[in-house]
Amino acid sequence: MTSLNVPVNRPIELSAPPSLRFDNVEFNLLGHQLFGPCSFTLDGPGPTLVMGPNGAGKSLMLRLAHGLLAATEGAITWSGDQTPRQAMVFQTPVLLRRSALANLTHALAVNNVPRKRRAELAREALARFGLSSCADTPARVLSGGEKQRLALARAWALSPSVLFLDEPTSALDPAAIKDVEAAVQEFHERGTRIVMTTHDLHQARRLAGDVLFLAGGKVQEHTPADIFFSAPASRQAQAFLSGELVA
Amino acid sequence: MEENAFYVALSLLVNLDASLYQIVVLSLQVSLVAVLIAALLGFPLGAAVALWQFPGRGGVIVALNALMGLPPVVAGLGVYLLLSRAGPLGELGLLFTPGAMVIAQVILVLPILAALSRQKVEELLGEYREQFVSLGMSKARMMPTLLWDARFALLTILLAGFGRASAEVGAVMMVGGNIDGVTRVMTTAIVLETSKGALPLALGLGIVLLTLVMAINATAYILSETAKRRMG
Repeated sequence: MTSLNVPVNRPIELSAPPSLRFDNVEFNLLGHQLFGPCSFTLDGPGPTLVMGPNGAGKSLMLRLAHGLLAATEGAITWSGDQTPRQAMVFQTPVLLRRSALANLTHALAVNNVPRKRRAELAREALARFGLSSCADTPARVLSGGEKQRLALARAWALSPSVLFLDEPTSALDPAAIKDVEAAVQEFHERGTRIVMTTHDLHQARRLAGDVLFLAGGKVQEHTPADIFFSAPASRQAQAFLSGELVA
Repeated sequence: MEENAFYVALSLLVNLDASLYQIVVLSLQVSLVAVLIAALLGFPLGAAVALWQFPGRGGVIVALNALMGLPPVVAGLGVYLLLSRAGPLGELGLLFTPGAMVIAQVILVLPILAALSRQKVEELLGEYREQFVSLGMSKARMMPTLLWDARFALLTILLAGFGRASAEVGAVMMVGGNIDGVTRVMTTAIVLETSKGALPLALGLGIVLLTLVMAINATAYILSETAKRRMG
């Protein structure tokens, strides 16, 4: 778990983002196989949108990839000699009971950013996500959209090479969804590998470079977005896209 | 009129009776120092039990919860045996000093602070855990963050501890000895005056004690409510 801790001052790689490889990964709990066995590689430019019905294992896949859960079987590996710096944005943003600014400086502090640079980096990230006026507002009285933007700003301040997003817009109104999608694009343009789950087909069409389609804890297909939406290969994806119930 | 307890209490306060003043100051000193020490030990202990899994953790939690109800006289007896001349810490010469009273009250308050902060921190950890792991935080690093974010609840817990310390009489009586001018605090003074039959004075002291505790609680309540409203 501590392997997530890579110095934050490392220059941002503008080259290709690190690639992620799942090798026969399985996750079992109390004798039930909840995920896998799955093998796939995320090495395209992305963003990768993880789609599938409820209970397909989308969130599990993100948590396994990010290291929040340990795989029961198989191996999850990253390109390069060390685990890349990662961040994750959750469906319900987890914010500390402090001001918006303090939420960011805390994240920078635990990542060993020198005290003198924290406030500057934090204010920069707040400004980028239109939160400058909320710097001293307690994070937990912000609106739903502002909270999610703050979670994105916190991720931004850490300059991750990989960003996981678990249905970040499912509780937001259209304007807030637009903000989050714009933020995801910015991360993408900065060279961050984006792995995001969503239920929203329109959102997936707007954002996806490639689609990883899961059903029943297994990868049904992994295809470039244009192919996925025009001619999905798997029966489950066909059914999902046409609005049928997928088992 | 002189027989009225409220009158006695009022005249004690208004005349700033020197011996009463000394008793009040000592009471506050002993209880506040005890609560401070108990907090410095108890909050990290509670947070540690919430954070780490270890063999016997369940036993520790049960023990902390049970010790919240430790009878003060039992704590007093334990400290008395420890500090008495023949006891293992007898050489320190602490028995019948305010120091001994502080030790006894720390023992009484510590389980309350540890057990209640453990519950609160565990609750908070349930909410924060994934984000903390995502940020790459070690458990040792999570501890100060959790304690700070639980600060409003911890203040209330601190008040519960202070309540126990300032209201308690059995332990301070045993290890302090209720020596006039040295270890006499409000509760022991009330016991003494009652046994002497000086009921108005005892009641007057009781009213002063109650007023003090109320004032401290009210201040803490107002502080935490304002802060809570600001923090959401």
